[in-house]
Amino acid sequence: MSYQWNWGVFLQPSAAGDDTYLGWMFAGFKMTIALSLTAWVLALILGALVGVLRTVPNKTLAGIATAYVELFRNIPLLVQLFIWYFVLPELLPASIGDAYKQSNPVLQQFLASMVCLGLFTSARVAEQVRAGINSLPKGQKNAGLALGFTLPQTYRHVMLPMAFRLVVPPLTSEFLNIFKNSAVCSTIGLLELAAQGRQLVDYTAQPYESFIAVTLSYIIINVTVMTLMHKFEKRIAVPGYIGGK
Amino acid sequence: MYEFDWSSIPGALPFLWDGMKISLVITAQAVVIGIVWGTLLAMMRLSSIKPLSWFAAGYVNLFRAVPLVMVLLWFFLIVPEFVGQLFNIPKGTDLRLSSAMAGFALFEAAYYSEIIRAGIQSVPKGQIAAASALGMTYGQSMRLVVLPQAFRNMVPLLLTQAIILFQDTSLVYVSALADFFGAAYKVGDRDGRLVEMLLFAGAVYFVICFSASQLVKRLQKKYTPA
Repeated sequence: MSYQWNWGVFLQPSAAGDDTYLGWMFAGFKMTIALSLTAWVLALILGALVGVLRTVPNKTLAGIATAYVELFRNIPLLVQLFIWYFVLPELLPASIGDAYKQSNPVLQQFLASMVCLGLFTSARVAEQVRAGINSLPKGQKNAGLALGFTLPQTYRHVMLPMAFRLVVPPLTSEFLNIFKNSAVCSTIGLLELAAQGRQLVDYTAQPYESFIAVTLSYIIINVTVMTLMHKFEKRIAVPGYIGGK
Repeated sequence: MYEFDWSSIPGALPFLWDGMKISLVITAQAVVIGIVWGTLLAMMRLSSIKPLSWFAAGYVNLFRAVPLVMVLLWFFLIVPEFVGQLFNIPKGTDLRLSSAMAGFALFEAAYYSEIIRAGIQSVPKGQIAAASALGMTYGQSMRLVVLPQAFRNMVPLLLTQAIILFQDTSLVYVSALADFFGAAYKVGDRDGRLVEMLLFAGAVYFVICFSASQLVKRLQKKYTPA
């Protein structure tokens, strides 16, 4: 092997001159985190809403929620991303669309990525929430109704507080996935971790160091999230259920 | 408002079909390699030989911690050069496509191995004890007793994973393989009709994946003991 290892390359000033290559990596790292966390908030809010709607007796509402889940689960993430990024601005009314297309390109990439990842993940969150609600014993809902609660009150005070605690462990894996899926957003030019990795290969001609560093960053994110979520799961586990005390 | 013009799609269908064939080939080979290699990994992971079990755990955890996009980039940009130098393959031989496909299969095997491990563990312990009592070796009891039952329980999950895998094939876009999505993007870009082509591609994926998942659901109902 004639490969020249050079880990010092990360401390060299970058081609643009204003930063080191390590700085590039860190910028990508921050972008991955920011994108994943904002998308996760969106996914939790929408996913909780859609998941609850899937369990209500009203056929129309449940049908809309089912259609939502099927739509986002059966189209590949990459295709959804390209539709958000390339297609949607075209379909807006001309005045709004043009103004949007003239806005900051990084903002456009970030918004498309965030909405795409958020909605893609929300469909999966919704399925977990639905499963959580359905796993509750029937008696809980009936008891709530028998005590004179309306159905929304039963959801709010009886079923959801239980269901949301039960779905935390399965949601952990969706939370891990959102960080991994964020790498797909490098395809529309968003400079997150994977995209910075590719750029580092081009600029430094040290492909091994660049890719090893980026891969390690993903592993670090993964392990950190898993450790934190494990602690959170323990705190929130329902006594008497599997995983609870 | 945007004026749709779908006229470039009919002419592009043969090219898109070629792309779809590539998507299906990648899916098929990744499913086969994924299940075979995944089964071996699952058996190693459950094995009492510690180094085997450590290797399998490391392999699965590594691939599951890294995004598919990164794995594909590794196998597209770095592995071909490394393998070329290692085996003295003459420069200019294009290993990149086969390498990307291999990377895809190795990645999916990690996910399959977790499904299969759960399937093996769902077989009651008494089955293995009974097989050993009948004088079967470990290999025989796995092959004749445990795996057939495990696979029967796993069929719906393995198929669901195959649908996910089919959706994942669109990511070979990063390695310039002209799969269905890559073909649709190319045509749309060439004709200035990206909007229509992307919506068309989305619709095709939806129809395929939705019908397949409905089939799996029906199969699941049929197989689930009442």
